[in-house]
Amino acid sequence: MAIASTPLKRRPNWVRLREQVLGYVLLGPALLLFIAFTVFPVGFGFYISLHNWRLGPREFLGLGNYVRALTFGSEFWPSLGATLTYSLLAVPIQITLALTLAYLLFQKVRGKALFRVVMFLPWVTSTVATAAVWARLYSPDIGIINGLLRMLGFQPLRWLLEDKGVFTLIATSLGIALPDWLRGPSLAMVAVVIYTTWVFVGYNMTLFLAGLGNIPSEMYEAAKIDGANGWQLFRHITWPLLSPTTFFVVLITVIGTLKAFNHIWVMTQGDNGTQTASILIYRQFYEFQRAGYASALAFLLSAVILLVTIVQNRVASERVHY
Amino acid sequence: MATITTHANTPVRSEKRSTSPRSLDRINPLVYIVLLLIGVASLIPFLWMLTTSVKEYGDVVSLKLWPWPPFGNSTPRFDNFPEAIRLIGVDRDTGLPMFFRHVLNTLLVTGIVIFSSVTTSVLAAYAFAQLNFPGKNLLFILVLATFMIPEELVLVPRAVMMNKNYLNWYNTIPAMVAPFLANAFGIFLIRQFFLQIPRELYDAARIDGAGHLRYLTTVMIPLARPAILTLALLEFIWTWNEFRWIQLVTASSNMRTVSVGLVGFLQTDGGAQTHLAMAVAVMVVLPVVVLYFFTQRYFTEGITTTGLKG
Repeated sequence: MAIASTPLKRRPNWVRLREQVLGYVLLGPALLLFIAFTVFPVGFGFYISLHNWRLGPREFLGLGNYVRALTFGSEFWPSLGATLTYSLLAVPIQITLALTLAYLLFQKVRGKALFRVVMFLPWVTSTVATAAVWARLYSPDIGIINGLLRMLGFQPLRWLLEDKGVFTLIATSLGIALPDWLRGPSLAMVAVVIYTTWVFVGYNMTLFLAGLGNIPSEMYEAAKIDGANGWQLFRHITWPLLSPTTFFVVLITVIGTLKAFNHIWVMTQGDNGTQTASILIYRQFYEFQRAGYASALAFLLSAVILLVTIVQNRVASERVHY
Repeated sequence: MATITTHANTPVRSEKRSTSPRSLDRINPLVYIVLLLIGVASLIPFLWMLTTSVKEYGDVVSLKLWPWPPFGNSTPRFDNFPEAIRLIGVDRDTGLPMFFRHVLNTLLVTGIVIFSSVTTSVLAAYAFAQLNFPGKNLLFILVLATFMIPEELVLVPRAVMMNKNYLNWYNTIPAMVAPFLANAFGIFLIRQFFLQIPRELYDAARIDGAGHLRYLTTVMIPLARPAILTLALLEFIWTWNEFRWIQLVTASSNMRTVSVGLVGFLQTDGGAQTHLAMAVAVMVVLPVVVLYFFTQRYFTEGITTTGLKG
């Protein structure tokens, strides 16, 4: 091929070379930024995680930070527990509510556009600001949530300040003593989950609405001619054909909940059973300047996120239709 | 990774185009009641924030939802806003109220991030969509991989990089913007849009003597304006709302943005007064809400065509 560089062929080669150079030049700025501020930090973070690190490396610890994190009795295990609790509570509630609303809205409902704008609003606005608002709605004394409870004749609750488990609280109010391992997530955690639902339901609903729009309407018409009722339409057409969207929404919601930080930081600073892994990492670094230990924790959290993603992909490849 | 690519490659249509499964049936009035209740409930935190920002402290404490006529005798207290701004303090460099300094910082940081991420995304997206060069697929996978890396993983090393032993950017604007200057999501979003533009347009432009750069600036960018606008708007709200990173790499109040400044204010005696805290929260939220109401179409289109970033 190289021998055949006749004058006729030379020009296309030159054009192609120029296109290749241009490709690298156009990619250059983005790639350099990724390498400097994302790819390099991954390696650097691992290097940091192997050290006792304050401003700079103090001493090499090998895997010492990891051992410390994984040792029984460290803060890592409870924080992972809090993270998974948060995820397991938030994901099903969010997804069910979002899908229900999307399905209701998918009929020719009047005011649909307005409803969507309203539901999407919490996602758009500053998490820090809305979490500050909710922290005051939850306030035991001046919060309107307790105001409502009092009005309805219930005992006011301590919400974000309550570290007792919800099952314990319910049992106590019924006069039953519950063993400690049955205490359930703390009320503070449940309060955070309610806030999260408020933020993300509109976002997830929007994704579901797009997914519903991709289902060909002929399928519904055909099934209706066969006499299918509303539930059958949902169960045998909507649910299977929506499964790629559902899987996708579940995936990003799970990953999002595993990384949740801002609102938890503003509402509880990680107190009362809400110290998730992200909060622990931030605290170790920001409050105690333990860069090495925080980096090791970050690698462990990322490993968990990766693992959960792989498992979900496995499940999806079996369950998701088309 | 595979999932996200497949999802994004499926053209997502607006749900308006296909008819609803039950459009012929009459809609149950219960549906309207449920939707109305949920919609109103969802707005309550915003309404409470807005009303509380003009309440007197006594009315907040006594849980009055609407202390003004016809239900009460108070008058709306707009002085909460100047009072809160006064309590946030004064910036010694400029003599301006610190809150205005926070606004200026936010606008500066947001402007730099939008400009840089949009520019780098458009250029990289063009390379991925229109040009052929060795290693293209590998590089695209690398870009997608950076998107999969959780922010938690790189947070600490990035912050360490900013301290005086390394880049020495701590407490400066470059440190505040560095991680956000390029965005894999942006490249992905614009590339999807560029791929939909028919290749024949390029051939036509070639015959007219246009090179790649002319074609990009005169044909592709104008055609991709909705996607570019979507990216710019999303970058605006993400940067405006960014808290953790900026808190981590700034030390002095005069380098903070409104979101970080709000959290700082909440921890002071002024911020402990709910009506003043809400006055600041309203000022932080309002610009974003106003912008959103005028441009909401781009947000929904942006997240449904790529579905990324929860």
